[in-house]
Amino acid sequence: MSFNIENYFSDQPKDNVILMYKGNVDSDVINHVLDSVEEKMVAVNDNPKLRKKVYNVLVESLQNLFHHVDKVPADFEEQAEKYGLLVVKKVDTGYKIVTGNFVQSENIEKLEEKIKRINRSTHEEIKELYKFILNHQRISAKGGGGLGLVDIARKTGNKLDYAFVKYNDNYSFFYLDILVSEEKEN
Amino acid sequence: MEPIIIEGTPKTPTVKFDAAAGIFEIKGRSIPENSVEFYKPLVDWLESYKETPLAKTTVNIRLEYFNTSSSKCILDVFKKLEAIHKAKNEVEVNWYYEEDDEDMLEAGEDYESIIRVPFKMIEITD
Repeated sequence: MSFNIENYFSDQPKDNVILMYKGNVDSDVINHVLDSVEEKMVAVNDNPKLRKKVYNVLVESLQNLFHHVDKVPADFEEQAEKYGLLVVKKVDTGYKIVTGNFVQSENIEKLEEKIKRINRSTHEEIKELYKFILNHQRISAKGGGGLGLVDIARKTGNKLDYAFVKYNDNYSFFYLDILVSEEKEN
Repeated sequence: MEPIIIEGTPKTPTVKFDAAAGIFEIKGRSIPENSVEFYKPLVDWLESYKETPLAKTTVNIRLEYFNTSSSKCILDVFKKLEAIHKAKNEVEVNWYYEEDDEDMLEAGEDYESIIRVPFKMIEITD
């Protein structure tokens, strides 16, 4: 099965897309994305509650890419050290934030376990999980706190929708599809 | 003790730690990629303050946004304050949150449940 990031990009319906980015994820890119999405949300006069949630989720998604991405496949090395994809879309019920990054095959299971654990938890359990990690886990060598996905699930109140698409024998591309709804659904 | 005064940036908060007045303030956005780098000097400063604290210390936290990596560092700040409180000094945390910002209120409640220091939750209405 062939898989192509360019196609994923060009297949997106353009009318409701607020922002699309693919390439290296560094501090400057994160700043730029945050500023630009915030500006657009202010311009369309979204309510502050939704705006804050989107902003928070965007910070965590981008910093997840920044802190946790695996080394890219050899054919991507020239483009980026930390390769990530981001699409922010306006939908009827709020905003969709889609991120994508390469994951080495041996790391898939661990990531998928983590997401499944979050997805089968109630809102209360997610709150407790957040507090537990906050209080017991140190910041990793990569700079992440292990709280990003838990925080996203907690703030949105929605399940984490995801997919692993095989890229080659050693890599899959991981898509995370996050819905930030106007009202939190518990 | 020399106070800590740090101007805020789009990704880091304004900080005013005044040992002479016993008033410590963190305000604004805290979303840096490397939060340890930002918070370590604050935690070290509190470690020194802990030696000779005032009878009463007031801490005002007024954050608009903070990322999960800051959340761990903020917990480290609170742990120092908890130690000061445990040594029989008065410590009070005022946790401000904007009207309707339930996420920020819940974040304050998380800390309140972990740290044994009195918290006051204050809604900002304007």
